[in-house]
Amino acid sequence: MRRHTSYGGRARELGSADFRFDMRAELGSLRLGNPIFTASGCAGMGRELSAFVKLSSLGGFVTPSLTLKPRPGLAAPRSHYAPSGILHANGLPGLGVEQFIDQELPWLVQRGVRVIASIAGQTPEECMRVASKLRSAGGFEALEVNASGQGLGDAGSSESNVADWSAQAVSAVRRASDPRMPIFAKLSADFTDVVEVASAVINSGVAGLTLVNSVQGMAVDLNTMRPALAGSVGGLSGPAIRPIAVASVWRVRSAFPEIPIIGSGGIRSGRDALEFVLAGAQAVSIGSAIFADPSAPTRISSELATQLHERGFQRFADAVGYAHRDPDVPIPEPVSPSDVPPSVSKEPEVSEARISGVKGEPAGFPDDAGGLADWDFITENPR
Amino acid sequence: MPTQTQGEILDVRPAGSKFVILSLSAPDVADTARPGQFVTLALGGDESPMLARRAFVIHQVQQQGVYGGSLDLAVMIRGNGSRWLSDRRRGDKLDVVGPLGKGFAIPRSGVSCVLVGSSYGGAPLHFLAQNLRERGCRVDMLIGAIGEQDLFGLLELKRLASILTVLTEDGSVGQQGHVPSYLEEVFDRAKPDVVYACGSMPLLAGVSKMASERRVFCQCFVETAMPCGFGVCQACVLPVTGDDGRPHIVRSCVDGPVFRGDRVRWSEIGTAPEKVLGEFDSVTTR
Repeated sequence: MRRHTSYGGRARELGSADFRFDMRAELGSLRLGNPIFTASGCAGMGRELSAFVKLSSLGGFVTPSLTLKPRPGLAAPRSHYAPSGILHANGLPGLGVEQFIDQELPWLVQRGVRVIASIAGQTPEECMRVASKLRSAGGFEALEVNASGQGLGDAGSSESNVADWSAQAVSAVRRASDPRMPIFAKLSADFTDVVEVASAVINSGVAGLTLVNSVQGMAVDLNTMRPALAGSVGGLSGPAIRPIAVASVWRVRSAFPEIPIIGSGGIRSGRDALEFVLAGAQAVSIGSAIFADPSAPTRISSELATQLHERGFQRFADAVGYAHRDPDVPIPEPVSPSDVPPSVSKEPEVSEARISGVKGEPAGFPDDAGGLADWDFITENPR
Repeated sequence: MPTQTQGEILDVRPAGSKFVILSLSAPDVADTARPGQFVTLALGGDESPMLARRAFVIHQVQQQGVYGGSLDLAVMIRGNGSRWLSDRRRGDKLDVVGPLGKGFAIPRSGVSCVLVGSSYGGAPLHFLAQNLRERGCRVDMLIGAIGEQDLFGLLELKRLASILTVLTEDGSVGQQGHVPSYLEEVFDRAKPDVVYACGSMPLLAGVSKMASERRVFCQCFVETAMPCGFGVCQACVLPVTGDDGRPHIVRSCVDGPVFRGDRVRWSEIGTAPEKVLGEFDSVTTR
């Protein structure tokens, strides 16, 4: 008898898969049931992913970067395969903050999703205006300022420019937001000193940092002998940048042991996530791994729990920054994988969301096609 | 609703010199698949350097086979990923997500249909032709390629089509010639109510232009690179005209890959969108 394991269509809850492990995470004032976030721009508006992952079981869902006005983004080709990664130059396409609040936010809030709004702007002023619209709308757990100088371009090209710009953007968002609203700054690793940029934004009032955004990259198409991406230089994501991201987490944690960090950059499995946690991240976000595996957040959560359990940790929080301990502190007693506690059988809930991408029902067909065809079409599956 | 599942390979068989047909047991996917929909596969195992998934159009389905529903996927051998796939063997498992995208609209009644494909673009036409024949449609097919090595599955197509015209540039199979120069003849002969096309962008643009001129309903399968296939990565964008008559940028993977030919802004593909509306707009495009 052949066995077919299926888990799409029935969106899985994080932490329900294998066994009970204490995955609670503290990120400054945020108390989370789980340290797994989606990365901005890698999980769509949430609807798409909801066919595979129960969004309310995530530590947080980070929105695509919200801008003051709708942005069509860049021309295709927008992405290119890279070794152990993907190059992309989308140009921050999106609805704009107002339409997001009207059309997308209620859907997420109704489902109990912890929403972190990512903010992008050409100027600190623009970031502030986005933040004040978000403040009126409510429904967010935290804000993340996209302070990487990518997407919107021209943030500056040296550490001090980027540090200044980022600090100004964060202060502007801080001024426009509820004083209790935690603000994270997402930084780039494109500059030699991430610690300098981190220091500037910490002084301007962030609750924590997201480390790191995609790294600048480019490929040349050997057929056309032109840049492979329409935007020429883009961002590189995926396991290719993981060591760069881990280094940023390590260095910032060493310099600022108290600042909460969301680790991000090429996390594809539980073991990858554990590297970030040991290097000092209180939470991790999953980005391009979602392109490769829509169930990645759920899978990585349960793999991380297994990795921690096997290493003798009693709870997730004990592993945060563990790589920074004194050299004489011994590692915990490892546990054999067979000692895994009995599984908690919990039926994953059925998600009602559709994958069709656009809102509501699939578009009708045919419409007034200028009298081109007047008979019925079958456009949907009999289910 | 798409499903993510571990599909089991039932068979990998060569089809011509450039293709393999991969049969995959995946009942959850096969049972709801429609012609023109696709699946994505994860390639190379857990530590694979090939991070992004690859999209494959559904070539055929067997909805109630010996092994439950199974899918046939046509794979063109052209890079590391497809070579890795062609080296899989019976019994191997593949991570499949599908069915994805919006497929072809199928007429409820028996009308006259023209199906145009070029080379690998013929892959979704088998499944489509089967559905059309089941509804009593007349199916005229026009398949073009550079030569014999770019074609596969012609015998089956011959069985499915009312009339099959094969054109090759080198004359190695069928007649020597190009698809565009035969379109007129096929349209005149079949007097189609609807035309379905898949192949290169210039071919699709040409077919849809002729269809518009003759007021024939046109459905185009637009092949773009789709790193995620389910709407999150925003790479597969296509300029279209919405119901409102205005330009929109949509994602091929969720709003397509089948679009109404008269709605795709063929000349704007690959250009930077300027005054267009944001993505995620609800538009009718097929």
